[in-house]
Amino acid sequence: MATTQQCEMLLTVNGEAHSVIARPADTLLFVLRNKLRLTGAKPGCLNGDCGACTVLIDGGPIKSCMMLAIETVGKTITTIEGLKHSPIQQAFVEHFAFQCGYCTPGFIMNAHALTEKYPDASDDVIQEWLESNICRCTSYREIEQAVKSVLLKKHRND
Amino acid sequence: MVPFDFTYHQPSSIHEAIQLFQTLQQQGKKPMYYAGGTEIITLSRLHLVFTDAVIDIKQIPECQVLDIQQQQLVLGAGVSLTTIEEANPFPLLTKTASEVADRTARNQITLGGNICGQIFYREAVLPLLLADSEVVIAGKDGVQQRSIHQVFQQHMQLQPGEFLIQVKTEQTYLSLPYAHIKRRKQGEVGYPLVTVAALKKDGQLRVAFSGVCPFPFRSQAVEERLNQQLPVNTRIDEALQHLPRPILDDIEGSAQYRLFVLKHTLFDIITELEGE
Ligand SMILES: Cc1cc2nc3c(=O)[nH]c(=O)nc-3n(C[C@H](O)[C@H](O)[C@H](O)COP(=O)(O)OP(=O)(O)OC[C@H]3O[C@@H](n4cnc5c(N)ncnc54)[C@H](O)[C@@H]3O)c2cc1C
Ligand code: FES
Ligand code: FES
Repeated sequence: MATTQQCEMLLTVNGEAHSVIARPADTLLFVLRNKLRLTGAKPGCLNGDCGACTVLIDGGPIKSCMMLAIETVGKTITTIEGLKHSPIQQAFVEHFAFQCGYCTPGFIMNAHALTEKYPDASDDVIQEWLESNICRCTSYREIEQAVKSVLLKKHRND
Repeated sequence: MVPFDFTYHQPSSIHEAIQLFQTLQQQGKKPMYYAGGTEIITLSRLHLVFTDAVIDIKQIPECQVLDIQQQQLVLGAGVSLTTIEEANPFPLLTKTASEVADRTARNQITLGGNICGQIFYREAVLPLLLADSEVVIAGKDGVQQRSIHQVFQQHMQLQPGEFLIQVKTEQTYLSLPYAHIKRRKQGEVGYPLVTVAALKKDGQLRVAFSGVCPFPFRSQAVEERLNQQLPVNTRIDEALQHLPRPILDDIEGSAQYRLFVLKHTLFDIITELEGE
């Protein structure tokens, strides 16, 4: 498959198919925000360091500032707008796991994937995953508590 | 935001990828192989990389292999570092890979991209240098298998149009005693001040480094000093005299500080592998 400068891409975002005209060089973050007006994923460092732009591709977290939109054709993309009343969103509210909220969508997407993939995650695994995101307001403790509360609830319900 | 345009190509075979590279070059383009894209995208934004055509190798089946074949571990260049960690076929590689960047970034960073990248730490190459791995490379003259020592000298010495398909490692190396220590300026994520990886084979230490010089390396002269029948500190002092140059001296740490940290890291590595 070869493409010219602007091309049509069929992207599946939050369960809906979208036809988008974009450059092959456009990042997924740019296309989500500027073409699809899904502004939940945030631009932070644009360098792969902060995790504010985290979305899920086929259920796994990726930093959308470092992935081309065209790479995600045929995959399922989930952004924060696609999570509705998920346990991790509820837990962030209950544990006051944010202050300014800028990092929150990225943290929630990453933490959601973690709790889905590793319901038995150890402290080391939780730390390893959460280290992918930076919170300038330093809500780290509350975020960790929110994640652990979701894991605990999952266990109680088993 | 990538500040220039490129065309995107997704070949599904090695042959198609090689042909594409040649055709694009004949059209006057500057094609580039593309794997995780993390370096290409982030360095493009800073105008440190330019390409007008990317050839994504991730759909090529040979680049996605993760298997034991004929007593060798075969790892495709397009396999992500987290996939390798989760499968854990080579514990030293798992340990090294798991300390590159962060968990989310490693879902994208590929083995081949880390080794072939411009960003000079290329930490995933350390276990491969220690295990005398072989690299499978495709180019216009076909597919060749070569020793990593021939091809990786400071960086991958690939000819224009060549790309890495796979890395093969003899199974006997996978379970050898190992040690790995990455020391950063601060925190648990990010580039190393120094990274030392070691394997013990037939009673001898094999040691490889990243973050010490502006390239990863394994040195026979250093290993000879570290394997002498002398007190540990003497062996380390002598080994440090034989490091390649230059020692990195940058914002992460001065050359003097790196050598100080390296000395202590080597002590910890040797203690771990040889006991007190
Ligand atoms: C946030 C962040 C943190 C990082 N931290 C670390 C770290 O701690 N340690 C470390 O070692 N590195 C680190 N890196 C560097 C990272 O490993 C590089 O970005 C690496 O090149 C990424 O691999 P990729 O698959 O994304 O490669 P790409 O961006 O796709 O490609 C990188 C380069 O390799 C070439 N290439 C890719 N695959 C092949 C192939 N199969 N054959 C031939 N050439 C190929 C491309 O043409 C390009 O020149 C970090 C990067 C980021 C973004
Ligand atoms: S904006 Fe993507 S990691 Fe910071
Ligand atoms: S809540 Fe402000 S950056 Fe995290």
